[in-house]
This record gives sequence, structure tokens and C-alpha cells, in this order.
Amino acid sequence: MKRGWLGEAGRDARRLLRAYPSLLRVGMADMLAYRAEFLVWILSMNLPLVMMALWTAVAADGPVGRFGQRDFVAYYLGMLIVRILSGSWLVWELTMEIRRGILATRLLRPIHPLWAFSATQLAAVPMRVVVLSPLVVVLYWVAGARLPVHDPARLAILAASLVGAWLLLFLVMALIGMLAAYVESALSVFDLWLAAQSILSGFLVPLELMPAWVARLARMLPFRYILGFPVETLIGLESNATALRDLGVQWLFIASALLATIVLWRRALRRFAAFGG
Amino acid sequence: MRRILRRYARLLAVQMRTSFTLAVQYRFDFFVEGLLAVIWLAITLVPLAVVFARRPSVAGWSYPEALVVVGLFSMLKAVLDGGVMPSLNHVVDGVRKGTLDFILLKPADAQFLVSTARFEPWRILDFLGSVGIVLFAFHRLHRWPGALDVCGGLFLFAVALMLLYSLWILVVSLSFRVVKVDNLSYLFVSIFDAGRWPIHVFKGALRVAFTVVFPLALMTTYPAQALLGTLTLAHALYAGAGGLLFTALARFIWQQSLRSYTSASS
Repeated sequence: MKRGWLGEAGRDARRLLRAYPSLLRVGMADMLAYRAEFLVWILSMNLPLVMMALWTAVAADGPVGRFGQRDFVAYYLGMLIVRILSGSWLVWELTMEIRRGILATRLLRPIHPLWAFSATQLAAVPMRVVVLSPLVVVLYWVAGARLPVHDPARLAILAASLVGAWLLLFLVMALIGMLAAYVESALSVFDLWLAAQSILSGFLVPLELMPAWVARLARMLPFRYILGFPVETLIGLESNATALRDLGVQWLFIASALLATIVLWRRALRRFAAFGG
Repeated sequence: MRRILRRYARLLAVQMRTSFTLAVQYRFDFFVEGLLAVIWLAITLVPLAVVFARRPSVAGWSYPEALVVVGLFSMLKAVLDGGVMPSLNHVVDGVRKGTLDFILLKPADAQFLVSTARFEPWRILDFLGSVGIVLFAFHRLHRWPGALDVCGGLFLFAVALMLLYSLWILVVSLSFRVVKVDNLSYLFVSIFDAGRWPIHVFKGALRVAFTVVFPLALMTTYPAQALLGTLTLAHALYAGAGGLLFTALARFIWQQSLRSYTSASS
């Protein structure tokens, strides 16, 4: 009995491993087909640049906290890079598919829809890296000394934090997207999330410039671990020890989000069956 | 001429009634959207508060003065969200699905019809809230604009509305060529967002771009300066002329695009 279950899991895993590269290839082809949309999406990520203009104007007559003009440039360039790298659009795709019942066709396939979704979303990343490379050069030129190029430990933390940021946002989007099986305004819920995130993740303003209690609160909430934490690691605002501790918190959030996703997925699916058919 | 005007006024009333009926159908959405708008408004004030907690003035603007710009920006945003965006999103949808043909067949000006197709009446609440911000800013300034300043401000706000509408028509004209335009409207809003800051915050190429190419300065900074009494007459006239030019250009490009439009269905 137990063997059978194990064998089944092994078969599923093998099947997934075989299918995943193809799924990634299809996703990349999709990205290439919609390259104009991709470009427009990149251009619409201009808010960090506006904030950069604002803060450099503010810091023109002396640093703000420990942020001088160059620090602001580095911070918001880093923010732009992390924002673009970690972005997904799963919540829109999932709510749309649930509402229109398209999800049903995905359920017929022998691969878990969330794996398929993750392939589509991941396939978008390589092209983003290509587009972002000039920005990385500019960042290196502005703040080369701060980047972890000679610090393998911090480089490793940075890499893990970026993977974590992507994964955390993906899971949050999955969770909120699945609400569409229950309520009509799942996207409004996500709007609320975005509103909170823009303040509590350091997206608009570096958290250490916020009132102390906001910064403290932000450390206890998931938002910072999607944007602010990788950026702070990237430009060296945190010591390696603190960054390592924050990395642990980030992956703790990921683990709980994963657990919640697994539980909610089963329940939402039952609900979806009642909804669609 | 008068008959035509009356006919279009009646058409406008009909279109508005349809939108209102639709809006009343989705009461819960109405509530959620209204709440979200208030939350977003509060959040956009956070950077302003943080900045001015550190500095008494930024790029020559004090806190209440910058607040006037923010208020004008949110007034425009309310108009955009309530009066411009819904209609034109409707057109974009029409272009994709081919239902724009039905509008083009109707015996009235197509630009008028598509521009008045949908309204979101509850945005009036956002608008009033934004007016409240401007009033609060002047209250903090301990001085009120003179009659002439108010006239100037209203004139320039009208120009700003025209500019906003024209820019949006240009975006929609683009949708005839680039079909998937949801992202384009997202891009538009994201650039428009920079208008909440006084133009003097931006330097070099960005300032030129926001004055001439995507005239955010004309839309929020100039009307605010007019209200504050710091705008020169020359600048006001330049803004007015620029607004007219932009509107004419938008109308022209719209007509050109319409000519090259070959329905999705055929």
C-alpha cells in the first residue's frame, strides 16, 4: 500500500521533470510573441525612478539619515531591478481562469496547474535579466563599492533572497487568486495587498527613513521580504549576520505560504467544481 | 448649430443615464472601489509626509504648497478614473472584439460616442475628497487665493482636463495599431502618477519630457502655481496654447487612426 503511494509520487515527479523544460520553452516562446507588451510592462515600472528623482532632490543639500544622493540612486535602481525580477502576474491569470472556468482544462492535464503556472511565470525571467543588464551596469558604476562582488557569503544570501522574493510573491498571488473561487472581488483583495506592500516593503520609501514603529512593523510582515530585504542586501545596508537572520524569516514566510497554498488549493478546487460545473 | 448642440446634450444625458444604471447594479463594487480609492489616496500621501518630516522645503516647495499640487493631481485622477478611463477602456475592448463597428455605424460623431460611453459616477466622491485636500492645504498656508488667482487656477485646470483627455485619446489611437492595450493604459497611469510632484523636483531631460512630451507640469504644477499666485501670465498663456495644440493634434490623430481602422471582424 505504502509502496504504491510512493511509486505514484515518483512517477508524478518524473513526469513533471520531463514536462517542465517543455513548459518553460513554451512560456519563453509566449514571451517572445508578446515582446511589445513586455516592453510596455517594463516601462510602466517607472515609479522607483520618480522616487529616485524626488529623493535626490531632497538629498541635494545634505544626506537624509545615512542616505546621500548616491545611496538613493543605488537604492531605487536596486528596487527597480528586484521589482522587475520578482514580478509575476499569476493573480490576474488565476482569477481570470477561475471566473471563466478555463481552469477546468488545466485540471485535466496530468500536471498540477500550479506547476504549469510556475513554468509560465519563470519563463519570463531570462528576458528580464537581459533587459535589466544595462541597469546593473549603471548600478555598478554608481555604487560598485557597495555591491557584494567580492563577498561570496553575501552574494549567496542575495541569490537566495531573490529566489525567495519571487517564490513568496508567487505563493501570495496563488493564495489571493484562489479566493476568486469564493468571492468575486479577489482582485480588489490583491489591490489591498499592493497598497500595503508599497508602503511596508520599502518600495516607495526606504524603510529606515520611515518612523521607527513602521520599520519595526515591516520586519514582522511578509511585504518587506518581497522587495525591501533583497534590495537592502544588494546594496549592503545590512550586515551579513542580520541579512542571514532575515533570510531565515523570509523562508519561514515562504514555508507557511506554501502550506496555506496546499491546503487552500484542495478546498478551492472543491468549491470550483461546484462553481464551474 | 444649436440643434446639433442640443442633440449632443441629449445624447450625453442618455449615455450618462446608462452608466448610472450600470453603476447602481454593482453596488458592492461601488463600495469596494470607493474604499480602495481612499486607501490609495492616503498611501500616496506617505512619501510626501516622510519627505517633509525631514525637510521644510523641497525644490522650493513647502509642505502645504506641495499639498496643493497633490490635491490637483487627485482631482485630475478622479476625473480620469471616473470619466475618461472607463469609456476608453470600453473602446479598446471594442477594437479587440470588433464591436467598435456598431459605434462607428451610429449617426453621431464617433469620438463623442466613445468618449461618453461609460462613466463611474461614484468617483465624484474622490473628486470632492481631493478638493478637500486643496482646501486643507490653503488652510495650512493661512492665506487664501485672490479672485484672479482662482480664475487662473480654474482656467488652467480646464486646460489640464483637455490635456488629460487628449493624451488618452492618443493612447487609444495607438490601440488601433497595437491591439493588446491593457498594458498601455497601465503605462499611461504609471507615468501620470509622477504628476503628484511639483515639476521642479525633476531635473534635466525628465523635466523637459514632463513639460513638453507628456505635459504633467501643465496639468498639475501650473494650476497649483496659479492658485498660489506664483505663476507668470506668460506661463499661463503658454499652457493655454499648448493645451489647445495638444487637443487639436489628438483629434487629428484620432481621425487618421480611424481611417486606417479595419474592423477585427472582417
